[in-house]
Amino acid sequence: MQTPAAFEYERATSVEGAIASLERLGPEARIIAGGHSLLPMMKLRLANPEHLIDINDLGELAYIREEPGEIRIGALTRHVDLLGSDVLARHLPVFRDAEQVIADPVVRNRGTIGGSLCQADAAEDLSSVCTAVKAQTVIRGSGGERIVGMDEFHVGPYMTAVGAAEMLTEVRIPLRPGAGSAHEKVERRAGDWAIAASSAAVWLAGGTIADAGIALSAVGLTTIHLSRAEELLRGKAPSEELFAQAAQIASEDCSPTPDGRGPVDYKRHLAGVLTHRALRRATARAQGQEA
Amino acid sequence: MTINVSMTVNGEQVSREIEPRMLLVHFIRETLDLTGTHWGCDTSNCGACVVQLDGTPVKSCTILAAMCDGHEVRTVESLERDGELDPIQQGFHEMHALQCGFCTPGMLMTTRALLDENPDPTDHEIRVAISGSICRCTGYKNIVAAVRWAAEHETAARQETT
Repeated sequence: MQTPAAFEYERATSVEGAIASLERLGPEARIIAGGHSLLPMMKLRLANPEHLIDINDLGELAYIREEPGEIRIGALTRHVDLLGSDVLARHLPVFRDAEQVIADPVVRNRGTIGGSLCQADAAEDLSSVCTAVKAQTVIRGSGGERIVGMDEFHVGPYMTAVGAAEMLTEVRIPLRPGAGSAHEKVERRAGDWAIAASSAAVWLAGGTIADAGIALSAVGLTTIHLSRAEELLRGKAPSEELFAQAAQIASEDCSPTPDGRGPVDYKRHLAGVLTHRALRRATARAQGQEA
Repeated sequence: MTINVSMTVNGEQVSREIEPRMLLVHFIRETLDLTGTHWGCDTSNCGACVVQLDGTPVKSCTILAAMCDGHEVRTVESLERDGELDPIQQGFHEMHALQCGFCTPGMLMTTRALLDENPDPTDHEIRVAISGSICRCTGYKNIVAAVRWAAEHETAARQETT
């Protein structure tokens, strides 16, 4: 039987209250939301918090809002709501692509975007999605908020920029014209972690790729941000040849390890194929043609 | 340290002193002695422990009982009423949708929630809904047929009453 080690439990009634509790209780206190990453870690004693602060009552952190020039997603927004959101599907279809293949519907009823990003698991899909669409995170402490981009948010495997007395409260995604995005994943069976996954976003202007964002899941110790492939795409007209070159970079710039999901050469191959498909689909969407 | 938790379980108000680390599945099975909910993989993969929390199916091995304080939990024991099986249970019976029966409580609570939200699901929608529940007798075909049976009988019953 797997049961977490003993801890003390309290429920937050406000964001300020949760942050005050984190400050008072010190680094052995952790926020719990959906719990579908933290509780499994606690059962395995990979996480041993002495205090849990339950934020599930903080409805003010559960929202998907369209604002001028950006989408704002509250940290407590659950996967089921990200999947169902028409606003997200319209502007950032990469979210619906990913949410359809994140865990299973029952897990998606509980897990949250904030928990997914804070877990900083390299195999987790929303981290590559948020990296590709150049999301910014809002981290709040008692002294106020700071805005951190995805490259700085994930500082290492299972490590984030969120300090001991801080919490992630919001994810902001800029909306720019000519956008298209897609997520491609291969898994062994429904609900499993990715063998590899690729998220891509492109922003077209006048027949060329003004900007691109690409990131990979499950093929390295952290989410792999493919900056070299993004540079290659910028300023060029989209084509199958160009996507194949970007896919080649994806195969080269990932660093998978062999495991039960496959050997290294297979995973590198997959990273390339999935990046090619994601770019093709993202571009078709940017051009108003669903691939 | 123990804490007091109070919640509604199958329509009944319950209140117990528990350790905060107690998982909902163990609270249901060992504290309340409702052993219909099964405890399977313990890793939120298999779906045997699915119960409804405020009407939403959740995996009770990956939720603390403390997190359910003030909420409403429904387990498989709530389905039968006054000696009458719920149509979803009847469907599983009619279509032989269980062999060993270990996954059945989770399957029932998951598909009951599906039909509450979507009274006429396609086979694909049923398969997606139960994709977080594993049947190692591999009887999915009959489970899908059972959910269809329940959907059709509930639709027919609704039409009779209107």
